[in-house]
Amino acid sequence: MPEMLSVKNLRIEVTARQTDGSATNLVLVDDVSFDVGKGRVLGLIGESGAGKSTIGLSALAYGRGGVRIESGQILLDGQDIARLGLRGIRAVRGARVAYVAQSAAAAFNPAHKLGRQVIEASIRHGIMTRAEATKRAAYLFGILGLPDPDTFGERFPHQVSGGQLQRAMTAMALCANPELIVFDEPTTALDVTTQIEVLAAIKHAIVETQTAALYITHDLAVVAQISDDIMVLRHGKTVEYGSTRQIIEAPRADYTRALVSIRQTTRQEARPSDDAQLRVDGMTAGYSAMDVLHDVSLVLPRGQTLAVVGESGSGKSTLARVITGLLPPKAGTVSFSGAALPPARKDRSREQLRRIQMIYQMADTAMNPRQKIRDIVGRPLTLYFGMRGTAKTERVKELLDQIEMGPQFLDRFPAELSGGQKQRVAIARALAAKPELILCDEPTSALDPLVAEGILKLLLRLQAETAVSYLFITHDIAIVRAIADRVAVMHRGKVVREGVKSAVLSPPFDDYTDLLLRSVPEMEIGWLERVLDGRRAVPQVPGAAIELERS
Amino acid sequence: MTLRSMPISARIGLAGILFVFACAIFAPIIAPYDESAIVGEVWAPMGGDFLLGTDNLGRDLLSRLIYGARATLFVALSATVISFSIGMFLSFTAVVSGGVVDQVLSRLNDLLMSVPALILALVVLAVLPQNIWILIVVMAVIDSTRVYRIGRAVALDVSVMDFVEAAWLRGEGKLWIIFREILPNTLAPLLGEFGLRFAFSILFLSTLSFLGLGIQPPIADWGGMVKDNKDGIIFGVSASLTPGAAIAFLVVCVNLVVDWLINTTSSLKGARDNA
Repeated sequence: MPEMLSVKNLRIEVTARQTDGSATNLVLVDDVSFDVGKGRVLGLIGESGAGKSTIGLSALAYGRGGVRIESGQILLDGQDIARLGLRGIRAVRGARVAYVAQSAAAAFNPAHKLGRQVIEASIRHGIMTRAEATKRAAYLFGILGLPDPDTFGERFPHQVSGGQLQRAMTAMALCANPELIVFDEPTTALDVTTQIEVLAAIKHAIVETQTAALYITHDLAVVAQISDDIMVLRHGKTVEYGSTRQIIEAPRADYTRALVSIRQTTRQEARPSDDAQLRVDGMTAGYSAMDVLHDVSLVLPRGQTLAVVGESGSGKSTLARVITGLLPPKAGTVSFSGAALPPARKDRSREQLRRIQMIYQMADTAMNPRQKIRDIVGRPLTLYFGMRGTAKTERVKELLDQIEMGPQFLDRFPAELSGGQKQRVAIARALAAKPELILCDEPTSALDPLVAEGILKLLLRLQAETAVSYLFITHDIAIVRAIADRVAVMHRGKVVREGVKSAVLSPPFDDYTDLLLRSVPEMEIGWLERVLDGRRAVPQVPGAAIELERS
Repeated sequence: MTLRSMPISARIGLAGILFVFACAIFAPIIAPYDESAIVGEVWAPMGGDFLLGTDNLGRDLLSRLIYGARATLFVALSATVISFSIGMFLSFTAVVSGGVVDQVLSRLNDLLMSVPALILALVVLAVLPQNIWILIVVMAVIDSTRVYRIGRAVALDVSVMDFVEAAWLRGEGKLWIIFREILPNTLAPLLGEFGLRFAFSILFLSTLSFLGLGIQPPIADWGGMVKDNKDGIIFGVSASLTPGAAIAFLVVCVNLVVDWLINTTSSLKGARDNA
């Protein structure tokens, strides 16, 4: 069978210029070869910096920021597109190879209607007339499961939800009837319940149109649902390349085994206790006239972990803002160790502030880029305990030791650390205050799976050592299983289910928790079909699946 | 931030600024003639006794240029520095305090900005006594409204970052937030603005001098010299171009140094030397 895309010994380099004028060559992709046939999907998987996107873009003969294809061939239906001139490449892009980006919200022009953007490439390349393209777009909207396919194109990007936008972008890629589509993490920015819809739509569309596809993601469970073959990449090199079944069920390389076995840690929950560290009662809060939280009540026992689960827009982060006092509630109280906390941050004493610390989702923005690690971690020591000089330095070293980082990091700036190291420093800063409660706002969702697992293990170890309580905000059920003692499921500003983990995560479920749990991709081939069949059997939860908030 | 890591352009700029400073400090020694002495005929050509010729009253242009560096540098530079101090402090206070403080400061700023700068300066300077310090302060206050605008915009961007929120939650005071969290992260755009504002204040000073409210004759300043000699252009006399070139030289030098400062402060790894 002739391969649609055949990549042979691809090597991609970039030249980095140092400030002193010298140039060094970095190899981004090294000796990568693969084939994709018509109607087949190849999953490219790896952590950030593995070269997945670089390979994906090279299929469009494109390199970001001075990246160049050093050697190897990219054969599209037998033709080496890396050797084409500018004019030749232009004829290929959008017409024969199309690209679906991670953030559809950022990729669509907000000033134009969706339909016009979807058919633009087909008309520009002279493949179809406007009428034909519009007709095809409507057909594609239909197979992608978008509402009102005939008039969907009349909407503006801000008038549809994030999941719909991502499907519209898939329609845009498919419109010109390309031979190959590159999907670059199309579902990473979506909620699990939305992701499942988009995955199913993409899979269906690929089968219908018999296009070849490259599917780039960092989530092995997702790629297992959609692809025929999988290539695992690390540091620009192929770790393992084989059929999906072989990769998932019989991985050969150690790294692949680590990826497959991840997310399977669970932890025994602690015994329920009456000694409440944090208690939220009847909380209603929001911005101006709109209420984001409705009558929320939670209990977090001392030394335990309460996981707050929900999708974007469910009010989880607002809950953290209320507890920290950044957003005073309209009604309800927050009590800490039995005593009521003043609602606004300004009215809390420094001692009260010290006892609640926070870890943010984006460690990049949570640390002042102009302070050294020494100052970032050391500041709470000076502020709360009046430590200075050597005593302070010694304590900072101790804290760095606790987060498994050495004293060589003392004089570095945050920009010189990796994502996982930054999050560790953020944890050290929280620990420096000797808090009783740490609010963790999705601290691992921006990290690669293996790094995230390291952070979770660190948090668990620190809890065992210091008996700190965690309020852990997440959208990921696997994390809940790994760390929580108690769980609160939030949906549209309300707590729909709360209690000890074993009770919350076992049947009978309420409708929303059921949907949420069943939407989490599992490392199992055929899971997607099974879930979708199950969904069709059960009548849809009203308003839960597709019609979600915009991302 | 060492001399060795300086690129060649910044070294040229720094050398130029030091040269102008040297001229200003050692003016009586370097200058061949007194700045206000009439030593030759009107608009004498370059060469001979007068290296750069003479001005519209027959004073030696080179000597006036050298003496003029004093007033130009001193007044323009201190006015810019003061305007930045006022503008940045007030704008950061407005951002950090928010609410009523922000409203009052911002609306007062709008009020000042709504009066054309030159007219405001004319009115104020006409009422107040003629004094170089008053001149500097008036220029600084008028200019600080522009700095306030920019300072508030960049500080607002930084103040919503998570690390500022984290500092509030830690229980830090306003001064810490302003000087330790926000200021270091807004330096790059503000330094760029500084280079620009410095050039503007030289020009503004020359305008005021021309109207008789700036630097008082017979003390020389570069902007005033351009104005004094501008009629000479009609007769092909270059006397107004030389002080103009001096202004351009100084502004370019300042901006070369500022460009380098922006680079070092905006590159997060380069910041390790000056943090």
